[in-house]
Amino acid sequence: MKLIPRRRRDDLASWSPLNQLSRLREEVNRLFESPLSEWTRGSEAFGEWAPSVDLLDTKDKLTVKAELPGLKKEDIDISLDGNNLTISGERKHEEERKEGEVFRSEMYYGRFQRTVTLPHAVDSNKISANYKNGLLVVDLPKTEEAKRKQIEVKVS
Amino acid sequence: MNTNTLTQNQNRPADQAASANRGFVTPAVNISSNADEYVVEAEMPGVARDGIEVSIEGNQLTIIGRRQAEAQPGEFLYCESCPDDYRRVFEIAADIDSAKINAQMNQGVLRLRLPKAERVKPRKIEIAG
Repeated sequence: MKLIPRRRRDDLASWSPLNQLSRLREEVNRLFESPLSEWTRGSEAFGEWAPSVDLLDTKDKLTVKAELPGLKKEDIDISLDGNNLTISGERKHEEERKEGEVFRSEMYYGRFQRTVTLPHAVDSNKISANYKNGLLVVDLPKTEEAKRKQIEVKVS
Repeated sequence: MNTNTLTQNQNRPADQAASANRGFVTPAVNISSNADEYVVEAEMPGVARDGIEVSIEGNQLTIIGRRQAEAQPGEFLYCESCPDDYRRVFEIAADIDSAKINAQMNQGVLRLRLPKAERVKPRKIEIAG
């Protein structure tokens, strides 16, 4: 079982070495404000982003949840290739910013992609997804065969 | 940093995720200003409209986002998300008209608009005569 984070950030317009440095500094400052667990999460300091993903196993289905704040439904793609579920998309800047000053810029924009390898076979025709409150929830019902296998394991 | 390290909450039973005793995490924010207002955006995925608390005390603006508690049967095979609620405190400038602060929630992003008081807005003074 593995998670393959593929990270990229298309934000060439705002890229400059100075920018990167100040972002790194902000990130370091934030680290001291965050609980230790946040440290292990990711390399946001390097100007990339990948959403946090949970995988939940219940009797009849697998559920994948991804934290995707501030996207539009149309900008999220979900695909299943064999046992690999890929969630990808793009976070766009909401609107043109009026002339003014920027004090903090900690959110990430641009493309993202995450792939989760599913531990059980799922019925690809019955997958459903819901995007609400910035959380994407993908329900993947297990195939009958996968359910049977689990029961067999429990009996033995 | 190893992006695949999942030390946090591994194998945590799902029902504990919905437990009431939760700490706080710091949400990522964007803060900008223009001639009329300050705009604060905060990322709080998993928080619905009614989970938002915005308060001002003196010159401190506090935003809190409470996740919707949901008890789920089953087992987390990975868990990277954090069950904690969001909280962040800002010091605000004296030029903000706190009576006119406007808050909106859109797909887990809180957007606060803090209008500047009339007296501090840039003003163009015409020369009479």
